[in-house]
Amino acid sequence: MGAAVFAFYLFALSTITGGLFTVLSRNPVHSVLWLILSFLSSAGLFILLGAEFVAMLMIIVYVGAVAVLFLFVVMMLDVDFASLKAEMAKYLPLGLLIVIVLLMELAMGLAVWVPSDGAKMVLGAPIPSDTHNTAALGLLIYDQYFLLFQLAGLILLVAMIGAIVLTLRHRKDVKRQDILTQIYRDPDEAISLKDVKPGQGL
Amino acid sequence: MDDLLLEYLPILVFLGIALGLGIILLLAAAVIAIRNPDPEKVSAYECGFNAFDDARMKFDVRFYLVSILFIIFDLEIAFLFPWAVAFQDISMIGFWSMIVFLGVLTVGFAYEWKKGALEWE
Repeated sequence: MGAAVFAFYLFALSTITGGLFTVLSRNPVHSVLWLILSFLSSAGLFILLGAEFVAMLMIIVYVGAVAVLFLFVVMMLDVDFASLKAEMAKYLPLGLLIVIVLLMELAMGLAVWVPSDGAKMVLGAPIPSDTHNTAALGLLIYDQYFLLFQLAGLILLVAMIGAIVLTLRHRKDVKRQDILTQIYRDPDEAISLKDVKPGQGL
Repeated sequence: MDDLLLEYLPILVFLGIALGLGIILLLAAAVIAIRNPDPEKVSAYECGFNAFDDARMKFDVRFYLVSILFIIFDLEIAFLFPWAVAFQDISMIGFWSMIVFLGVLTVGFAYEWKKGALEWE
């Protein structure tokens, strides 16, 4: 069991380090790279918990898609980070106020926190070794959580339509391919012969 | 549970080797390599020109649209995985709920096809 404990501390440490440097690093591109480290090591933590599928999703969706989108935004967007940093002192009091409020909420929440009876039961029950992780999820999601699954589909639909409505602009000045009209074009109309007399232009 | 972790042990070993190799290469460059910098060597190099301007600039929002649509379909595929793995034992409700899910997303796909969001101009 030594390797598992070692791996837990390794991944936990690198998750925290990644999160810390995401906030602290001066260059936003480096921030995103630290964020990717954080995602990867939390995927490692999920594997240690036995949640293989969630770990792989973490890598495919978060590292593969979300982090790439972040990198894209940060690398290409025209934001002057130096001027943003300069204005930080102005917003510091407000930020500190929010920090205090959040800390108080956390303290109030944790003070009254007790594990429910169900949690003890779940902790006591070992994961059955004959069912595969992903298959067990598959038996639950589509059947028992039918409504939530359909809601997830609707949320994806809304995201898709929202992205298109917000960002799609058709440029009028660009010639585009329209395959049907190109095929159906009548060659007789496309070419016409002109009888040009010598010494004269068209 | 332990068997599952044992299957991932090679990946952990691989991670260790990768980390070690990376550190060794970085340290070797710092220790062994001859360093003799001058302003021309360390300045940004852009195919023989001086750099025109900053790499950060405004660009077409269309790139975002493509990557956001990619993320959405990526998530759709993520939902398909457990369904496919458990397909043998899944109930009729499970089967049809996935078909409805795919139908809803196909409506979105038809919409974006019709709007021309997938076309590049």
